[in-house]
Amino acid sequence: MKEINELNLPDDIKYTDDHEWVKKDGEILTIGITDYAQDQLGEIVFVEVPEAGDSFDQGDEFGTVESVKAVSEMYMPIAGEVVEVNEALEDGPELVNTSCYDQGWIMKIKPQNPSDFEALLDKAAYLDTLRG
Amino acid sequence: MTTPTATTGLIFNEPLLWEKSKPGRCGLSIPTSDVPSSPLDSALTTNGPDLPQLSEVDVTRHFTRLSQWNFGVDSGMYPLGSCTMKYNPKTNEVQAARPGFTTAHPMAGEQVSQGAMELMYNLEQDLAEITGMDAVTLQPAAGAHGELTGMLVIHAYHAKNGKQRSKIIIPDTAHGTNPASASLCGYESINIKSGENGILTPEAVAEVMDEDTAGIMITNPNTLGLFEENIKEIADIVHAKGGLVYGDGANMNAIMGIVQPGKIGIDVIHLNLHKTFSTPHGGGGPGSGPIGVVEKLAPFLPSPRISKTDKGYSWQFDCPDTIGRMLTFHGHFGVLVRAYAYIRTMGKGLKTASQLAVLNANYIKAKLKDTLALAYDRPCMHECVFSDKNQQPHHVTTLDMAKRLMDYGFHPPTVYFPLVVHGAIMIEPTETESKETIDEFIQAFKDIAKEAEETPELLQTAPNLPKVKRMDEVAAARKPCLCG
Repeated sequence: MKEINELNLPDDIKYTDDHEWVKKDGEILTIGITDYAQDQLGEIVFVEVPEAGDSFDQGDEFGTVESVKAVSEMYMPIAGEVVEVNEALEDGPELVNTSCYDQGWIMKIKPQNPSDFEALLDKAAYLDTLRG
Repeated sequence: MTTPTATTGLIFNEPLLWEKSKPGRCGLSIPTSDVPSSPLDSALTTNGPDLPQLSEVDVTRHFTRLSQWNFGVDSGMYPLGSCTMKYNPKTNEVQAARPGFTTAHPMAGEQVSQGAMELMYNLEQDLAEITGMDAVTLQPAAGAHGELTGMLVIHAYHAKNGKQRSKIIIPDTAHGTNPASASLCGYESINIKSGENGILTPEAVAEVMDEDTAGIMITNPNTLGLFEENIKEIADIVHAKGGLVYGDGANMNAIMGIVQPGKIGIDVIHLNLHKTFSTPHGGGGPGSGPIGVVEKLAPFLPSPRISKTDKGYSWQFDCPDTIGRMLTFHGHFGVLVRAYAYIRTMGKGLKTASQLAVLNANYIKAKLKDTLALAYDRPCMHECVFSDKNQQPHHVTTLDMAKRLMDYGFHPPTVYFPLVVHGAIMIEPTETESKETIDEFIQAFKDIAKEAEETPELLQTAPNLPKVKRMDEVAAARKPCLCG
């Protein structure tokens, strides 16, 4: 498993203390799980994603990631409606391991309140939570 | 150092039975029919089942060879936390094999089933006494089925009181099946966290308990192997709001004859006869998951209920508030016989069994706590939980150590559970292991920890001795082969 200084944590995205990342692209937000999360889970064998059109409140469970070790829930970073999910994960759950910020994205949402994005953790704050 | 017990021997590759099949081969000869054949209406018939065609010796060798690949409690220590893999005394098998039991039929009338019914009645009484409950049903097929039965009873109780509730409280140290059982009854699980020392606090329960909450599902001892010391206070909080307390009795092996759950505020409890009461557990069971309830919940138990009268034992079908049948006939009867044999042969020794189970776990905890990181450094019950924190600098994981343990002749403990401990290693020795065996197990873990520092690659490729080496769990999960 990676040491904290080995983690890939891009500067231009936001984080949650449940280990999701959020990237802003106009009014659409892309959500995935962080390098820390995929590394801790180990080899991912299944990703359960919601359907486009589903709406969730902040903190709601929106899907699960299953590795050979355990099943982990993913939680909604901010309230919003799902506009697209990453269909490639159905046959290629390992994309979350190999490319967690790019090909392994989980879903795109339209936030209920776009300004909520700013309240998410930045890289430094997320690193602080990892260091405990 | 003593000679390791695990070694290699002559074992055989063995194909699937279908691959061994030869057309026309058969294990018995059926006499030629001496009556004229009478064809059935073709609408009533289909092709026969697709079964392999084999001789008796083919089948005997097949299963004997497979058994030689296997590891069971009859081969060695099996410290699988949360599963109570205790030794199953052979007298249980002797009693269950008595012709009066093996030839009993559940559709035979009461008058010819009195012996079987007496056994079931007595077993219900014994389990009621052990748990401190007022009534017991033997119907549930296994633990999770017992949970479902218990939750249906709780659901029926609230319905009878005129107001159904929508939620159930489940702590993070509960068994993973608990939320599933509650969901099947339509309850939403409200998850709460245990306190810093792994024990649930009354405050955490009070914060979420309200009059729309059906109750709480609590595992005691919990999945960290710790006794929920605040159970009475928690039960009072739940009861004050009209809720009920479900006790997951999977860890009953720690408290037999010491704590009666019915006396500390638990309203419904299930028992795993295949854990606590020494009935066969591996190989897919069958299990048995009786539940016990307090008096006010007895009317809701599955029907028919067994009752004792002057004229003997009879089935009571007149149970207007029952949740109905949970299983065809009367439960896994052969398993019930084994559990009853165990309880009667142990008698007051059941309490000693629990005491020794707890002692053994605490002994392992004390002996290994300088080798493996201890999750919670406090007295444990019948199982202790470590993690792989000390081995992380060597890039050795819980999984690697568990696999390596097989090379030392021990079944691996439960790993990566409970989820609240990162990289958990959950060891439950049970009362049936001798001090010598437990010392060998402890030494094996110490040797493995040393290997983790010096030759980590030995662990990362383990196991080396078993016929089947490291399984590709990822490929099995990503590309499962589901054909027979």
